[in-house]
Amino acid sequence: MPEEARVILEVRGIVNRFGAQVVHNGLNMQVFAEDVFGIVGGSGAGKSVLLRTILGLQQPQSGTVLIGGRDLGQLTDAELRAVKADYGVTFQSGALYTSLTVLQNVQFPMIEHLQLPAQALDELAMLKIRLVGLPADAAGKYPAQLSGGMVKRAALARALALDPQLLFLDEPTSGLDPIGAAAFDELLQHLHRELRLTVIMITHDLDSIFRNCNRVGVIVDTRMEVDTLARIVDHPNPWIQAYFHGERAQAREASYGA
Amino acid sequence: MTDYLAARRSADSLELALKGEWRALRLQEIGAELGALELSGVHEITISTEDLVLLDLSSAWRLREFIVAAEHAGITVSFRGARPEQLQVLDDALARDAFQPPGAQVHESIIEPVTDLGRYVVRAAHDARAGLAFLGRVALAMFRAAGSLKRLRPTSIARHVYDTGVQAIPIVALIAFLISVIIAFLSAQQLQRFGAEIFVVDLVTIGVLRELGVLLTAVIVAGRSGSAFAAEIGTMCLNEEVDALYAMGADPYELLVVPRLLGLMIALPLLTVIADAIGLAGGAILCRFLLDIPLTQYLNRVSEAIGAWNFWVGVMKAPVFAVLIALAGTYRGLQVSGSSRELGRLTTVAVVQSIFVVILADALFAVLFMEINI
Repeated sequence: MPEEARVILEVRGIVNRFGAQVVHNGLNMQVFAEDVFGIVGGSGAGKSVLLRTILGLQQPQSGTVLIGGRDLGQLTDAELRAVKADYGVTFQSGALYTSLTVLQNVQFPMIEHLQLPAQALDELAMLKIRLVGLPADAAGKYPAQLSGGMVKRAALARALALDPQLLFLDEPTSGLDPIGAAAFDELLQHLHRELRLTVIMITHDLDSIFRNCNRVGVIVDTRMEVDTLARIVDHPNPWIQAYFHGERAQAREASYGA
Repeated sequence: MTDYLAARRSADSLELALKGEWRALRLQEIGAELGALELSGVHEITISTEDLVLLDLSSAWRLREFIVAAEHAGITVSFRGARPEQLQVLDDALARDAFQPPGAQVHESIIEPVTDLGRYVVRAAHDARAGLAFLGRVALAMFRAAGSLKRLRPTSIARHVYDTGVQAIPIVALIAFLISVIIAFLSAQQLQRFGAEIFVVDLVTIGVLRELGVLLTAVIVAGRSGSAFAAEIGTMCLNEEVDALYAMGADPYELLVVPRLLGLMIALPLLTVIADAIGLAGGAILCRFLLDIPLTQYLNRVSEAIGAWNFWVGVMKAPVFAVLIALAGTYRGLQVSGSSRELGRLTTVAVVQSIFVVILADALFAVLFMEINI
């Protein structure tokens, strides 16, 4: 990691409570420019709640979220809109608009934020669709006509529509077969390399973490342990040990010889 | 003056220094600056990128368009220093296959009215057959459910009686009250001229009990519950919940359609009785204060006008209307597939059709009751 690494996203002292259930209690995390940051945690540990908090879909009881050094809680609506154009998001189930074609889905953020003639919209959207490895004829299809892997790719194309510097991915490889997941990881690495993106991904997929991430944050006991991938696997916390060195992890190590 | 490029012209060559942040969000301004460049007489363009802070893919695409257009016009374009790697990414992505924007197939059906008509007929035939199959399945599920209490699902029926019946009482009561007041007021104005105010009571009684009580209740319920049925079941279809039912060996008709059908068949007659009562009360209030007919006289007149059948004619129609509304709602709900737009369309169709069939059925009932003189 370069010395002068710029902090792109910072989360300070997030507290999220639902009734008596405490999900986050003073959670901190920092993401540097050009990181591929993996968020890991058990089911119900609050990965998705954290993502929703960062995206402003969920108001935390206390704590602040800073994107590019700007406190999201202090911004006016217009500034918030500008920040939102700076990042792209894919949701777990794709969340493509079902009444629009893939092409229209990708064009949607462009139409919202840019003023471009129709032909330029078409070409730019087709560019993004091809960039994520979808065949050209997928552009005219509706989300219901796509396979699971294609939905994930289409969602990624939509997230990339405005060329964001920051990309949030919620379980990008869940529901894909290992080959499809590996292809998606490869695509992600390619995009990360070429576009110098900062990627924050929630994932359960160990392979995906080892292939993509340089830093990992693990949510344990309402807080987050953040470290580089190489060091986090040796963290003494029992859950982290079980996660990275459990049965499935060992099977992975055996098969990859890692 | 310009934010994104500095141009320096010397004889037949142009030096372009790109500067600032070239971002998708500034594409319009960037495009305007590139478009404003005077290129006539230029044979050579040199582009330098030292001052460029950022070049994202969309703006790289715009730059590439500019370069392609310039080269097409016979101008040599070169970069001072390295060519931006974003352009290489674009070249790679665009090389993968030829560019072919989709969407040319959309307008065919407008040009071809004959195929349009054919498609319409085929679709109507499919729709009719699907409707018939739906009726058959519902009948079968009803028949099976009638055999055992467990399959009849009384808790589910109770929920639907509550949702479609109890919850609807305030709005049904309010509408019934207002309608009876309107009839009483309208007829009082006409009948007063003949000194026949007392017949206002007959008009309100017969009008509300026989027709308006049940009809308006059915229309309200079609709007409230017919749409709810379609939307609820439609969302389940979109979430593959209905498929999950099939996969578990559960019959969606038995689980989703029959309880709603039976629940509404119980709720609608009861709502009709409430609407009748409130309607008569509304008539009483208007007669008392507008026409000075005392309550006892009003009640006497009502019991004369009510006859042997007027009340029952109204109430008898309610379960039939309930069946029509429930079938329209659940049928359209189960047809939803693919997109949220379908859900909206079919919910609309469910409401429009249930109101239409209710009114159609009411007209048929009127003819029937006239024929048998009740």
